[in-house]
Amino acid sequence: MDRVILHSDMNSFYASVECLYHPEFQGLPVAVGGNPKNRHGIILAKNQLAREAGVKTGEALWEARAKSPQLIIVEPNFERYLKFSKMARKIYYRYSELVEPFGLDEAWIDVTGSTHIYGSGEAIARKISREIQSELGLTVSIGVSFNKIFAKFGSDYKKPDAITVITRENYQEIVWERGVGELLYVGRSTGKKLMKYGIYTIGDLAKSSMDFLKCQLGKMGVILWDFANGLDNSPVKWFDENYNGNERVIKSIGNSITTPRDIENTKDMKLVMYMLTESVAMRLRETDCYCQTVAIHIRTKELRSFTRQMKLSKPSDLTGEIGEAAILLFNQNYDFSSPVRSLGVRAADLVPNTVPIQLDLFGHEEERIRQGRLDITIDGLRKRYGNHSVRRAVTIGDTMSCMDPKKDHVIYPLRYF
Amino acid sequence: MENKYTKKYVKVIAEFEEDGRIIPLRIFWEDGRVFEIDRILDVRPGVSRKVGGQGIRYLCRILNKEVCLFYEEPRWYVESK
Repeated sequence: MDRVILHSDMNSFYASVECLYHPEFQGLPVAVGGNPKNRHGIILAKNQLAREAGVKTGEALWEARAKSPQLIIVEPNFERYLKFSKMARKIYYRYSELVEPFGLDEAWIDVTGSTHIYGSGEAIARKISREIQSELGLTVSIGVSFNKIFAKFGSDYKKPDAITVITRENYQEIVWERGVGELLYVGRSTGKKLMKYGIYTIGDLAKSSMDFLKCQLGKMGVILWDFANGLDNSPVKWFDENYNGNERVIKSIGNSITTPRDIENTKDMKLVMYMLTESVAMRLRETDCYCQTVAIHIRTKELRSFTRQMKLSKPSDLTGEIGEAAILLFNQNYDFSSPVRSLGVRAADLVPNTVPIQLDLFGHEEERIRQGRLDITIDGLRKRYGNHSVRRAVTIGDTMSCMDPKKDHVIYPLRYF
Repeated sequence: MENKYTKKYVKVIAEFEEDGRIIPLRIFWEDGRVFEIDRILDVRPGVSRKVGGQGIRYLCRILNKEVCLFYEEPRWYVESK
């Protein structure tokens, strides 16, 4: 028997939530945007009216205002969005325990086992749509299909407030007609590559030779061919209801930040690196992991970006060691030829903190243990009195030090695979 | 658009049941009047589009009128004209 999978996508999620709390915005174009003072001034989401005026996600606030002068821009309120995301998930759980969130506003729901209780996939989709509308005041687009990829495609097919059913009988008419870029995981560069070979629609992709795609795109080619032919059989993954992130197996932990002003000297760089490392290392300790690799990400004022990484001599969760590695990486790989706009620190190659570590005769193991105890003590203080209660001396007396990457970081990155 | 409703936060006396249900009993109005909730007709999560908000919506009967009382943690409010 075919599976019945729904993909639910809350329409202009952030903007809809804001409109719900501001009835006075009714009938006006509304967008959610970051704070330009902190140089986060881009559009994060917009409502239907703003979309019609040509406002695009990701563009600068001034660009959006130029297109639509009466545009209302509100600052994001992530806690509120998390709350709504959780409540929506609770509604999904009424129909199945197999709910896999994809970001805050999207989720797959495998209702195969519930169809004999609640009716067809379409009927369940209609119920979910109605309940979200009445309990949360938001509209959703839902795709119903026999695999995750087509379900996702269905939810994007018609917006807002729509249900699209893609079956084995009609997928060639609905999906194959569309441009190849609408398939999950065909981004700008893959799309360009495919276009070079005359593959314009998803149908073209499905009908092309799998070996050819494998030659051109590697293993991704095979995956995309499967996607286009409706052969994707990846399961909807079970998820802990109380967990608000969306990665089960953590591969790396990282934080990055666009600083309020460009970084042009070592002092500022060190300050930011330590601030990011404090957050990364604390999250590392919370997950009971050591990292073996430290990576940094640098983006210059011209928006050119690159990453560099290095192996640590020993697996570590010490703020000091990770921070020093990050600073060393920076110094070895960048010379401030252009001011830095944003910086990131990532701890990768994670191992559980129970792994045995090879000691050496001349290392300062005692010192490391003491450092570890100090970190744990500081974590405890920060948990009780806030992340700013104990700070590094470098971060004192600087306007940038009000940033709190640990607390501000609430939405975790996600991947399909 | 002129909105004739406002979000009025109110003081409420409520009963907390063993199973976690919360049942509002009485609403205190700002001018000192106290309204007994005669009957709760419906309880479900809901939104108030008139004043903007989301919470548990209690449809109550007070003095023979139906009133929506919202519990938007940690506060209670009504849609007031």
